[in-house]
Amino acid sequence: MLLNQFLLLSAFLFCTGAYGAIARRHTVLVLASIELMLVAVNINLVAFGAALNNAVGQVFALFVLTIAAAEVGVGLAIVLLIYRNIHSANPDDLAELKG
Amino acid sequence: MKTYWLLDHAWLVPLIPALSFWVILLVGKRLGARAAWIGLGSVGASWLLAVGNIVQWIQHVGDSDGSAGTKAAIGATVRSMRLAAEGHATNEKIVTPIVHATTWFQNNGIKLDVGIQIDGLAVMMMFVVTTISLLVHFYSTEYMRDDRRFNYYYAALSLFTASMLLLVVASSTLELLVGWELVGLCSFMLIGHWWEEKPNSDAALKAFLTTRTGDIGLLTGVIMTFFVVQRATGQGSFNILAVNSSAMKLGEAGSQHTLLLWCAAALLLAIIGKSGQFPLHTWLPDAMAGPTPVSALIHAATMVVAGVYLGARVYPIFYQGFHIANGGVNPMALVGGITVIIGAALAFVQNDIKKVLAYSTISQLGYMVMGLGVGAWTAAIFHLFTHAFFKANLFLGAGSVSHSGAHHSFDMKKDMGGLRKYMPRTFITFLFGTAALVGIPLTAGFFSKDEILAVAGENGFSFFKIVGLIGAVMTAAYMTRCVYLTFFGEYRGGHASDAHAADVAHASDEAHLDPAHAAAAAHAGHDDHGAAGGVGVPTGHGGEPHESNNIILFPLYFLSFMSIAAGYLLAPMLHIDKFEQWVTPHIGTGFVTFETSKFHAIDPTVAVLAGLIGIAIAYGFYWKHAFGQNASEKNALLGAGKKFLVNKFYLDVLYTDGVVNGIKGPIARAAYWTNQKIIDNALRYTGKGAVGTAGFVYRYIDQRGVDGVYNGTAVATGAIGAETRKLQTGRLQEYAWVMVAAVGIFVLALAIFN
Repeated sequence: MLLNQFLLLSAFLFCTGAYGAIARRHTVLVLASIELMLVAVNINLVAFGAALNNAVGQVFALFVLTIAAAEVGVGLAIVLLIYRNIHSANPDDLAELKG
Repeated sequence: MKTYWLLDHAWLVPLIPALSFWVILLVGKRLGARAAWIGLGSVGASWLLAVGNIVQWIQHVGDSDGSAGTKAAIGATVRSMRLAAEGHATNEKIVTPIVHATTWFQNNGIKLDVGIQIDGLAVMMMFVVTTISLLVHFYSTEYMRDDRRFNYYYAALSLFTASMLLLVVASSTLELLVGWELVGLCSFMLIGHWWEEKPNSDAALKAFLTTRTGDIGLLTGVIMTFFVVQRATGQGSFNILAVNSSAMKLGEAGSQHTLLLWCAAALLLAIIGKSGQFPLHTWLPDAMAGPTPVSALIHAATMVVAGVYLGARVYPIFYQGFHIANGGVNPMALVGGITVIIGAALAFVQNDIKKVLAYSTISQLGYMVMGLGVGAWTAAIFHLFTHAFFKANLFLGAGSVSHSGAHHSFDMKKDMGGLRKYMPRTFITFLFGTAALVGIPLTAGFFSKDEILAVAGENGFSFFKIVGLIGAVMTAAYMTRCVYLTFFGEYRGGHASDAHAADVAHASDEAHLDPAHAAAAAHAGHDDHGAAGGVGVPTGHGGEPHESNNIILFPLYFLSFMSIAAGYLLAPMLHIDKFEQWVTPHIGTGFVTFETSKFHAIDPTVAVLAGLIGIAIAYGFYWKHAFGQNASEKNALLGAGKKFLVNKFYLDVLYTDGVVNGIKGPIARAAYWTNQKIIDNALRYTGKGAVGTAGFVYRYIDQRGVDGVYNGTAVATGAIGAETRKLQTGRLQEYAWVMVAAVGIFVLALAIFN
């Protein structure tokens, strides 16, 4: 079955994204990693949709891409504003909510 | 049916003193000593209304007689006709009580009324309360002159009177409860009037807390009265008429006896607490710490008779609950009987004149409760009526003795004696009171006490009749001792108690020459004008004992008159049954129906003999006692009459040595010992036990257990919070790490367990 290969690819991309989101020291790269995780999910959706002969998976993937684009726009704007305020894009410096 | 304005507006009677209380309280400081006149005026107005109420009530009873088709039974012949007619029980006339009530509040269809129920009992009590209160108000203007809290005293007296009157006119048991608690509060305020001295405030607390113990019973009982009505009629109510008729109905039907029994037991507890019955009588002697006029009011008209009044008011509950109709022994009669003996025995060993009277009150209240317990309703209430007058007479007489004759002391052995010579008027009035209390023939106490004993015999309570007779012997004996110590012998006040002061003239001279010292002795006494600030008060009583002035004497005259006259309202031997007609409820099936008491010549004879034996014993005993102090007995103070009496009873020394010393002393001492050691200790250890338990509960259960749970929770929460806040680092990527890790764990779990 082709499905397994797609799923393995998806899992690899997701883990890479997760690692990036956790480990990168630049907020833009963290956002990029999150995009990677979303792409992994999209691959899953498309793969399952094809395997089950169902269009809903692909439609869903399109929605996710759209939302992700909007989300990246907002996310980058926030990152920009943070950089303007604290002159840093390192997520470790954003610890205002420390308990 | 005619309407009677005063009876319909009887709520004015308690309202006026209540208003007086507020007026004195609010503007009393500006009025100064004139506050007394507000109190006097208001109680005077109430008294006039009460007298008016009596007149209209008698008219009402007369009307009811007419409507029932029988003429008022006056005189022997008509009376015998009535007795003959008694065969037809249905022919009993009906005198409806006058009830006016308005809704206090209602909830879920249950309406609680507040209002007045005026019947013979209420009218009689109104008269007694307002009369005694008026006399006490009047008397106090002299007795309490220059007291530091004169206004406050009058305010409290007014409220006391108002609360007692509220209790008397109450139309529901709930309203009665309100009056009852107010009376308790006022007696607390007045007993502790001189609260600067610790014993006084202790006594006030003791009185309050002891009666509160009984009040538990009242509250429970009053709640149960509601259910008595509910069981009988389907609709619960606190209305006294409904309670009484329901109790009768349930009792006649023989159903719900458990409820009636518990209700009666709870209310009996209330009576025990309030009316100083054994074993909760210990507060009453201590209550002597209050000013003497207050003692008179408490003992004669208000506080303590509230319990007896309650017993009379909801009598059907006791009657049915305790099966009084069956005779034999029931708790109510037993409590009363024990109290008669205990109270009288304790009166022997008191040196304080007020305490003798206090124990005497306990004993007499025992008669009343016993009277109720043996079904002698009319007699018990009649005894309440006569007792109010002669006991107020004795207390106010004791106050007069202390005020003018004994430097504000009440110690008969130390500061009194021989006062007959100095205070002849007080002496005579005191004798009237004593005669009535002892039951000398043709005095008020004679008629009422005999009536209780006679009815006890008729109703099949022979045991309690004997108890009553023994009580009568003891009463006669201790009152003789009291009169002897106070008014006979040599004057022992001032310096006379010093060993070398042999004769009275010398003693009084010395006291006269050294008023400062005598005054100092006076301030050692415990019933001084505001003891804390008393030293500078110009009392003017430092010298020789003298007669009190007319303000004090007038109430004594009036009460002496009543000590005799009050008895002539119910005297079967003279064929007088006014009291029975006017006071005993005649409301058909709504109340217990009592048989008219019949006259037996043997009863009064035995009772008089009992009184004489008591007097004889006391004379013999105290003569014997005085024999050791031969010199004082030969003093001219002892009149020829006394010597004659003493010699006449010389033979009784034989009985005294053989019987009385052998029995009475130990019994009295044993009773006193029981009282002091066992009962007081029981109370003390109960108290200590309660305190200990409370301490244990506080330390281990409350502090460690309950508080421990709460504190532990708080500490644990704090600790957890302190730890978990460390998780909130504010670092995005750590949160992300945790989330990923959590998802990983869930996935793993899913993989394993699925």
